[in-house]
Formats: sequence, structure tokens, C-alpha cells
Amino acid sequence: MSNRTTTGFTVRVQAENFDVLAETEILTKGHKDVGAVVTFTGLCRDEGGTLEALELEHYPGMAEAQISKFARQAVERWPLTGLTIIHRFGKIPPGDNIVLVIATSSHRRAAFEASDFLMDFLKTQAPFWKKEHLREASEGTWVKTRAIDDADAARWHDEKSNNINIP
Amino acid sequence: MRIRYFAWLRERTGTSGETIELPETVKTAGELMCWLAARDEGYAFAFEQPETIRIAVNQEHVEEDHILSGTEEVAFFPPMTGG
Repeated sequence: MSNRTTTGFTVRVQAENFDVLAETEILTKGHKDVGAVVTFTGLCRDEGGTLEALELEHYPGMAEAQISKFARQAVERWPLTGLTIIHRFGKIPPGDNIVLVIATSSHRRAAFEASDFLMDFLKTQAPFWKKEHLREASEGTWVKTRAIDDADAARWHDEKSNNINIP
Repeated sequence: MRIRYFAWLRERTGTSGETIELPETVKTAGELMCWLAARDEGYAFAFEQPETIRIAVNQEHVEEDHILSGTEEVAFFPPMTGG
């Protein structure tokens, strides 16, 4: 058993864009115990110029609850000093931000691993669905899941502590 | 009981949600999918491959053998593609 107190976290699901620098400063300014900041920003690709926009549908309430569940697992598993996760929904044009994970810690490994873990679970377990709207097509198409995403998430199973459950 | 549909399940059923009276013969989430599929063409199309559909009960992921008694909200949706 560890005696360290678990860190709080911020989870937001929103239509608006986010400011990576401003969000990072919230976790670093005045926090002299922070030695490492890892930020992951997922952006909308233009798919070689063919994509007009991505449309992200989500399950309000469950999306926040699922992300918070993984955030809680992350702060219990790694010694983080701060954690912010923001996921957007709605129509997103190429070049725009979609998702943000910021993890801070005293030493780099915890921040790297926690961010990686969170992105793997956001991809496969948070109730969001992407629809691609192509320039040349009148109707959008739902993005299919990729086996690699499930395989990535499965890497984090910890049989000893059994603290990650994928249904 | 409230039922919600997302992504292509919403499009194929033609609704994002509805309230139903759960028939006595329907005990599990999987049985509810069969019952809904028998409604009309759109529902049949939505539930044609039930093994690919993900289920949430009261906003928690469950399997298709989950017993529905006491459930307020069931949601059906495709595998998630967030991030």
C-alpha cells in the first residue's frame, strides 16, 4: 500500500476549441514539484485533402463518466501531480484540435505512461463516434474501429492489481 | 424504460431515443435487441449484427446477458471511435 494521496483531475467534454498552453499553465504555474509535463493533442487530419470535416457524436453524461473513470485509474496507478483531459464533440474541420491529455509529474515516466494509457482508453472505451464528411461525397461515413486500438488498450491490463477492466 | 441510440444505430432506427414498456418476456439486453429488431425494417437493419453492438445500462458498459430489471436507461451504439 502506498501512502501518497491521489491527485485530482479535470475532465471536460465540450464543443469549443481549447488552448493547450493555457491548460498547461494551469497545471504548472506555481507548482514547483512538477518536473515533467506531457501533453498529447489529437488533431483532425485532412486525409490528403479529401476531408471536409469530422463530426463527433457523443453520449452526454456517459462520456464524462467514462473519461473520469480512466482518469481516476491513471492517478491511482501513476504518481501524477496533475491531469487534464478535454474531448471535443460536434463538427471539427481539418487542423482543429479534437482531444487533449496533459499529465504532469515529478519525473517523466509517470507522465508519459499515464498519457499513453489514457489515449488508448479514450479511443476504445469513451462513448464518442466519428463520422467523416468528405469533400467529394454527399453523405458522411462512420469511422470504423481499428484492431490496433483494441490491442493498444489491452497492453495496460495489470493482472496482479486487476485495476483495469475492459468489458 | 428509456432507450437511446447513437451513431449508425440512431440513423437506422430513425430515432435518438424512446421510452418503452419492457415486455415480460424480455429479460436481458440481448433479448431486448432481438425484440427491437422485430419491430420494422429500420430496426432490423440497425440490429442485423447484434454481436457488433455495444450496450450501456445506466451509462455503464454491460454485456448482452445483462439482466435489465430495474434499469432506467439502456443505450445501444457501435464500437467507439473517440480520441
